[in-house]
Amino acid sequence: MKILIRNGRVIDPASGLDAIQDIYVAAGRIVAMGQAPADFHANHEIDATGLVVAPGLVDLAVRLREPGLEYMATLESEMHAAAAGGITSLACPPDTDPPLDEPGLIEMLKFRAKNSPGPRVYPIGALTWKLKGERLTEMGELHEAGCVAFSQADTPMANTQVMLRALEYASTFDLPVWLRPQDAYLGKDGVVHDGVVSARLGLPAIPVPAETVALQTIILLVRETGARVHFCRLSSRAGVDMVRKAKADGLPITCDVAIHHVHLTEMDVADFNSNCHVEPPFRSQRDRDALRQAIKDGVIDAICSDHAPVDDDAKEKPFQESEPGITGVELLLPLTLKWAREAGLGLADALATITSKPADILGVDAGRLAVGRPADLCLFEPDATWTVSEKSLRSLGKNSPFLGHELQGRVRYTVIDGHIDYKAN
Amino acid sequence: MSRNLQLTEDGKLRHLLTLDGLPARILTQILDTAESFVSIGDREVKKVPLLRGKAVFNLFFENSTRTRTTFEIAAKRLSADVFNLNIATSATNKGETLLDTVANLSAMQADMFVVRHASSGAPHLIARHVAPHISVVNAGDGRCAHPTQGLLDMFTIRHYKGGFHNLRVAIVGDVLHSRVARSQIHALTTLGCPEVRVVAPRTLLPRDVESMGVHVHHTMETGIKDVDVIIMLRLQNERMQGDLLPSAGEYYKHWGLTPEKMKLAKPDAIVMHPGPMNRGVEIDSDVADGKHSVILPQVTFGIAVRMAVMSMVAGSGA
Repeated sequence: MKILIRNGRVIDPASGLDAIQDIYVAAGRIVAMGQAPADFHANHEIDATGLVVAPGLVDLAVRLREPGLEYMATLESEMHAAAAGGITSLACPPDTDPPLDEPGLIEMLKFRAKNSPGPRVYPIGALTWKLKGERLTEMGELHEAGCVAFSQADTPMANTQVMLRALEYASTFDLPVWLRPQDAYLGKDGVVHDGVVSARLGLPAIPVPAETVALQTIILLVRETGARVHFCRLSSRAGVDMVRKAKADGLPITCDVAIHHVHLTEMDVADFNSNCHVEPPFRSQRDRDALRQAIKDGVIDAICSDHAPVDDDAKEKPFQESEPGITGVELLLPLTLKWAREAGLGLADALATITSKPADILGVDAGRLAVGRPADLCLFEPDATWTVSEKSLRSLGKNSPFLGHELQGRVRYTVIDGHIDYKAN
Repeated sequence: MSRNLQLTEDGKLRHLLTLDGLPARILTQILDTAESFVSIGDREVKKVPLLRGKAVFNLFFENSTRTRTTFEIAAKRLSADVFNLNIATSATNKGETLLDTVANLSAMQADMFVVRHASSGAPHLIARHVAPHISVVNAGDGRCAHPTQGLLDMFTIRHYKGGFHNLRVAIVGDVLHSRVARSQIHALTTLGCPEVRVVAPRTLLPRDVESMGVHVHHTMETGIKDVDVIIMLRLQNERMQGDLLPSAGEYYKHWGLTPEKMKLAKPDAIVMHPGPMNRGVEIDSDVADGKHSVILPQVTFGIAVRMAVMSMVAGSGA
């Protein structure tokens, strides 16, 4: 398959390229940009006039709900939704049922993903057996099976001895560990930020120290071991300050934020909107503003969707009994563009947070437009507006706090491995 | 918050879910309506026909005898047919979801649900899903709200103090876990009470409680000094020893209401308690039964207030 993408505004955040150019794709790779290579006969042409041609999005947290949680969503449905969101590479956390703690499960997931159209799938293995925080998994074996990193997903680790050894063991193989900083006791059973809304609605609360105490512990252990750690889903201003300082000290750490935390605060929970029940919780406006600033400063490296499709039955419950999580793959791009417009940031800088930077964290060849690179592309119309609705979302999870919102930025084509994987109607 | 959900388009009370966000006009209307029902209890025939032919379902997902009984009495005095369902011991234990339970009961031609639930926001969820002719009255949800209790407390204060505009009110005890305290605070601030205090150790106060418009005190010495109204909250047994408090004894020593501490308040101060009381834990018997106590009249007023709420939501134009 040879594709000519004609006349688009090509933006490659990593190199700073931003120009109207043609892109030539053959055998799954970008073979030329600007000038046509000799003897190039396209099987297919895309007129990208008025579209931005960007690297395909790289999403650091997408739950495909397989194995075991197919009542919420299926691998096929969520791969399709991700492609429709312009995502061409995704990492899936190990919080499946059973958790991704055995090589066989990784092989099965890779096999399922390979045989289904959609993004490239990079599994994150469980750091401990059953995510219980007690016994290490066979990280060497899991890595050979295809795991690119190891994580506890949303399960906190109480035992600091196990944490230290897990970091040491992972770093033996030079494997990164992804951790959501979350104390095992502070905020246990909590469902919202410990702030004005929890005071008013009487919902069990999760205080900021639930994040910062864990962050401090992990940072000290990184200092001790030199292990590579990626912090997932920062939520607080105090947490951002700690990461800023640790990075300035030269520690080998990176971090991400979920796109919904860039936009929402605890106030959005009001009236018990269970679509705002998420881990970590939405915090105060000061916290949100600090997250936004930190992305701009580069303290936060990447934005992810933290995609968690949840079925209606699990959401239509009293707030504290509802399943946490937000569906997000289809909103990652428009919500990132919205933030960039509000923050006065250029397209290239905004796109870096969802393409080249997360690709670097994953350690895979993705998120860049250059000759010889994989032909993973996202073509979008930056100014097209659309309204988020249950119907407009392809994900089986309709659990979005943005339902009814009008957003700007619509994916028109997603090209993965040189094939047009998604084309908007 | 729930303003839209609780009010009809022309501003009448449609459901009663929380006092948070209800306008003073509605609160006052409920209290005025309750006034007219107080005397019914003294009559030979204690009934009015306002809810004749209406089916009121008491849905108690959490056990309660006292609140359920007062709602039942109130509904019966309004001539409604009352059905009590102790769901704590039935359907949801068999795995039925809350909304399925409600859908089933709606199919039995219910007109009103009186709901108690252990989770904050459960009545809101039900109110969002019921048919347009069904009203929901919150009889206590999690730590969020107990609006009829809050209203009957306002009725009691107004009865004894004539109004709210010159009052100092202290709410003492476990505010963190108390739906009663939240409803009282919302009502008092809405009705114009200039100084609402909460008095408790820090473990029993929400972190941002001041955002609700209250003054925080940690000692009784400053907390009830010169107050007109003292509202004592019940301390749940399971919270007396553990990581919130070391012992009931230490709690009583510091925050229990004794005759000596009563001297700090104004001489004509009233003492309230939503019940059931722990004598010797949060309140001394001499105070509970003493001249300042209005704890029993609270219960009597509770029936009139619940009659007022039920008649108003049922008459909201459905």
